[in-house]
Amino acid sequence: MTPMVKAESVCKSFGALHVLKGITLEVGRGEVLCMVGPSGSGKSTFLRCINHLEQVNAGRLYVDGDLIGYREGGTKLYEMPPRAAAKQRRDIGMVFQHFNLFPHRTALENIIEAPIHVKGVKKTEAVARGKDLLEQVGLSEKATAYPAQLSGGQQQRVAIARALAMNPKLMLFDEPTSALDPELVGEVLGVMKKLASEGMTMVVVTHEMGFAREVANQLVFMDGGVVVESGPPREVLANPKHERTKEFLSKVL
Amino acid sequence: MTVVDTSPSAGPAAIDAVPLRHPWRWVAAVVIIILVVLFLYGAATNEAYGWPTYAKYLFDRRVTQGAWNTLQLTVYAMVLAIALGVVLAVMRLSPNPVFRSVSWVYLWIFRGTPIYVQLVFWGLVPTLYKNLQLGIPFGPSFVHINLQSLSIPFLLAIVGLALNEAAYMAEIIRAGISSVPEGQSEASTALGMSWGMTMRRTVLPQAMRVIIPPTGNEVISMLKTTSLVTAVPYTLDLYGITSREIASRIFEPIPLLLVAATWYLAVTSVLMVGQFYLERYFSRGATRKLTTKQLEALAKAQMGEPHGAAGAG
Repeated sequence: MTPMVKAESVCKSFGALHVLKGITLEVGRGEVLCMVGPSGSGKSTFLRCINHLEQVNAGRLYVDGDLIGYREGGTKLYEMPPRAAAKQRRDIGMVFQHFNLFPHRTALENIIEAPIHVKGVKKTEAVARGKDLLEQVGLSEKATAYPAQLSGGQQQRVAIARALAMNPKLMLFDEPTSALDPELVGEVLGVMKKLASEGMTMVVVTHEMGFAREVANQLVFMDGGVVVESGPPREVLANPKHERTKEFLSKVL
Repeated sequence: MTVVDTSPSAGPAAIDAVPLRHPWRWVAAVVIIILVVLFLYGAATNEAYGWPTYAKYLFDRRVTQGAWNTLQLTVYAMVLAIALGVVLAVMRLSPNPVFRSVSWVYLWIFRGTPIYVQLVFWGLVPTLYKNLQLGIPFGPSFVHINLQSLSIPFLLAIVGLALNEAAYMAEIIRAGISSVPEGQSEASTALGMSWGMTMRRTVLPQAMRVIIPPTGNEVISMLKTTSLVTAVPYTLDLYGITSREIASRIFEPIPLLLVAATWYLAVTSVLMVGQFYLERYFSRGATRKLTTKQLEALAKAQMGEPHGAAGAG
């Protein structure tokens, strides 16, 4: 079976700055991959490459067997037209560090926006599904609230529901709890744990080592644009082999 | 064991403090009122103002028709300018270099030359282009219009005002679009929206909050700029009627200037009311302050079922 995400020496540079220097990894279906590492190590950039918010410069990145961002024709690669790229992104949900909810729409309107206007789902159907999702993240009574009236944790849970409304086959989380008050982190991680237990394939950039240990199938430690160490989270966290991993973990644990 | 009673009556008495006094505000208000009354008395008793003439012409048929023409010029020109301004702003920000250049050149020309010159030019269009033909270049033509035989100064005035204003509106709209955080278009992109849909559904509605106040300025400014359409020449606007049509015949410029000013002020006031409601509509979700309706619902929940208030934080 094809893995959900397959990266083959993925490189990304912004001008002369090389951010990713050859990332190779695989995420199987239903697996949770957690990426940790110091800031500037390229974790978020790699995550953004997966749904083509950034264009890969070298190497290949596949989601569910499809090459991301390019079309293969014989030996050549063709840049993908924006419409085709948008179509690829529909099946990949993304949750951001700063939520990025639409402030001019209520919680429910945020959730039904893309299903209605991107997928063409009927409004009544989208609303029913939206209410369902709000209940799943424990916010049924907040359907008519605007994002500014919600706490950070509530906003992030709405953002997760918004991504789930597109029925993605893969969810990307970019430091989903880093902008939250400590007491609100738990509610968001709770929703993510539930999602993982339901079999969602997830790639999570995080600093929550407890979450990684408990939920992840695979932990990747990145530094300087390369994967320094990877493996089952308990092993990596308990017995880091690499000096840089040891140093990083000693600071965050 | 303590029982916490959450009903409002059980708490300490509400504070009933003596409000802070502001004696100087009263003094200032009285002084200003006295000055205003003195000025009004002086103006009312000064014959040079020509109040009987003012009263006679304030609701003169020609004047009200002129005010109506001015309002029409303003509205049509602004609607066209806003539509074209949105297109130009979006082109300016688009990833397409052809669109970007076209928009830049348009702004360069229409902001870089005086509106009066542009209006004169539009008035000369029938002289420059005597015929308008629609068809295939060097091939057959399907529609043929003789521009000189048409009497279209009103139309040319609208076009002249709108094309000039569009350049300014484009910059206002561009500023509004740039004020929307990048995360918003990123989230839309990640949800699979196209660039156009992201603009239409996510970015522009949020940009409106920034766009409306300066646009209100532009509308009011346009109302008064319409007095320049005499350059086209179109003479049936409010200023044209009061100054040339009436004042220069009866040799009483002051009362008719006051008539014109009164109407401009009246129309501006109406436009400001419209702006107030537009701003309120587009500021939804912009603050965490609850609306009266939401506050009522929460208060009700607090009174009736204590658990309903838990989510209020």
